[in-house]
Amino acid sequence: MKVLVPIKRVIDYNVKARVKADNSDVDLTNVKMALNPFCEIAIEEAIRLKEAGTATEVIAVTIGAKASQEQLRTALALGADKAIHIETDEKLESLHVAKLLAKIVEQEAPELVILGKQSIDSDNNQTGQMLAALTGRGQGTFASKVDIANGTVNVTREVDGGLQTVALKLPAVVTTDLRLNEPRYASLPNIMKAKRKPLEVIAADSLGVDLTPRIELVAVHEPAKRSGGIIVDDVAQLVDLLKTQAKVI
Amino acid sequence: MKTLVIADHDNGSLKPETSKTINAALKLGFAVDVLIAGENVAPMSEIVASIAGVNTVLVADHSEYAHQLAENIADLVLSLAPDYSHLVASATTTGKNFMPRVAALLDVAQISEIIDVVDADTFKRPIYAGNAIATVKSLDSKKVLTVRASSFDLQGEQAPAESRVVDSVFSSELSAFVSVEQTESERPELTAAQVVISGGRGMQNGENFSLLNGIADKLGAAIGASRAAVDAGFVPNDMQVGQTGKIVAPNLYIAVGISGAIQHLAGMKDSKVIVAINKDPDAPIFQVADYGLVADLFDVLPELEQAL
Repeated sequence: MKVLVPIKRVIDYNVKARVKADNSDVDLTNVKMALNPFCEIAIEEAIRLKEAGTATEVIAVTIGAKASQEQLRTALALGADKAIHIETDEKLESLHVAKLLAKIVEQEAPELVILGKQSIDSDNNQTGQMLAALTGRGQGTFASKVDIANGTVNVTREVDGGLQTVALKLPAVVTTDLRLNEPRYASLPNIMKAKRKPLEVIAADSLGVDLTPRIELVAVHEPAKRSGGIIVDDVAQLVDLLKTQAKVI
Repeated sequence: MKTLVIADHDNGSLKPETSKTINAALKLGFAVDVLIAGENVAPMSEIVASIAGVNTVLVADHSEYAHQLAENIADLVLSLAPDYSHLVASATTTGKNFMPRVAALLDVAQISEIIDVVDADTFKRPIYAGNAIATVKSLDSKKVLTVRASSFDLQGEQAPAESRVVDSVFSSELSAFVSVEQTESERPELTAAQVVISGGRGMQNGENFSLLNGIADKLGAAIGASRAAVDAGFVPNDMQVGQTGKIVAPNLYIAVGISGAIQHLAGMKDSKVIVAINKDPDAPIFQVADYGLVADLFDVLPELEQAL
């Protein structure tokens, strides 16, 4: 079984995003970039399926500028067999990304697509669901457990108030939540080996997808700041202030 | 121009997010119909009809909709979409699941987790874990939106609006319900609670979370956790407050042993009053707290429970 893992290069999760002075966007100049944390979990799950003998091939794919090849090499170092880079300098929306990925799904015909539930930059949480819709597949979003047997994937989903398990007919799309697994680190020999693994580059505009923007970014602002509070001496003072000043208890 | 809100519920009770999502939808300036899809939803449809501002309630009552499978709900919403300019759902795990599917099938973009309606085309939404607020304008003729309910108010009541039965049944072969495991709790849900008390890595282990119980009981609070506490395996993920967990905005938020990572602040910084208890005076949580107490939580928690 072939597994496709779409991944994204994003701001490192430890870095605080800053808004540009002209309020046009977030400033990413000289900011440390990394693999989106949910994508790491997706790669890990695919590699585990391969180690378990369920998957035969793991393909990582990303869409973005040339620098995103760095994240594809990370995926290869973690154990992906090959990588596809859909190259574009345009800032794409989830719908565009899903449409481009649908083309790769058509081309590679993976039985399973595993991707992160959201990227920590745009926080959209859309691509997996859109890809499932566009490819006519069932979707198992926010997965905390994935079991594959007899042409079916059982996905346990993290939902408000508990866990829901659904059975999806393969081929299917799964999006990862935090508790699915704990991603490994790439070893130095594997990082070296990854440099020799195949990485195919495809120009985004060669795939016949309309990439016209559907959303205009009007402005980006800093969120309203909370004014600093006070440090209380003890529990008694805290309870008193909550009762008499804040009036919340 | 007309808006369709898709109600969020668990077949037994209507989620409070639905009323807040209707509040957001009314700000678009058009008539608001509400679809309630599920099994045996008649009692809830009456509650929906009584939410102020609702024009018509569309009731799709069928076992195929019982578990809110994204494939079936998306097809149902898609069948109703031609009558509406705006499709709106709560950004709960249910809305987040089926709504992008609807958007893709309509070939339009989705605008996720709006926190403000500027006009019928323009919305504000947090990006980068809430470290920036983007104002975005939809260029599509049909808008698909999800709403961060904590940013909107509950609607009042009205004399019941009329309801209409939607009898089309969509049954996809792609997915099937297997089971559900509800977290048993006597406490209010995190996103609905007026008071939330959350523990972080400073709690040291899962057992110590029981130190929060007595305080939560006295305050009628929900109990949450930071991602660090979830990652460390102290508590289940559905207790997580943060960018990748639940977004809450209660009247009172008490952070215990939580350092205040960006990730966590994104989930609670809109709370009305924030209390932080941490033994590290340099913890970033104190920068957003209205009241900070620098002390060992194991000393403070029993004392606080006594004092309430």
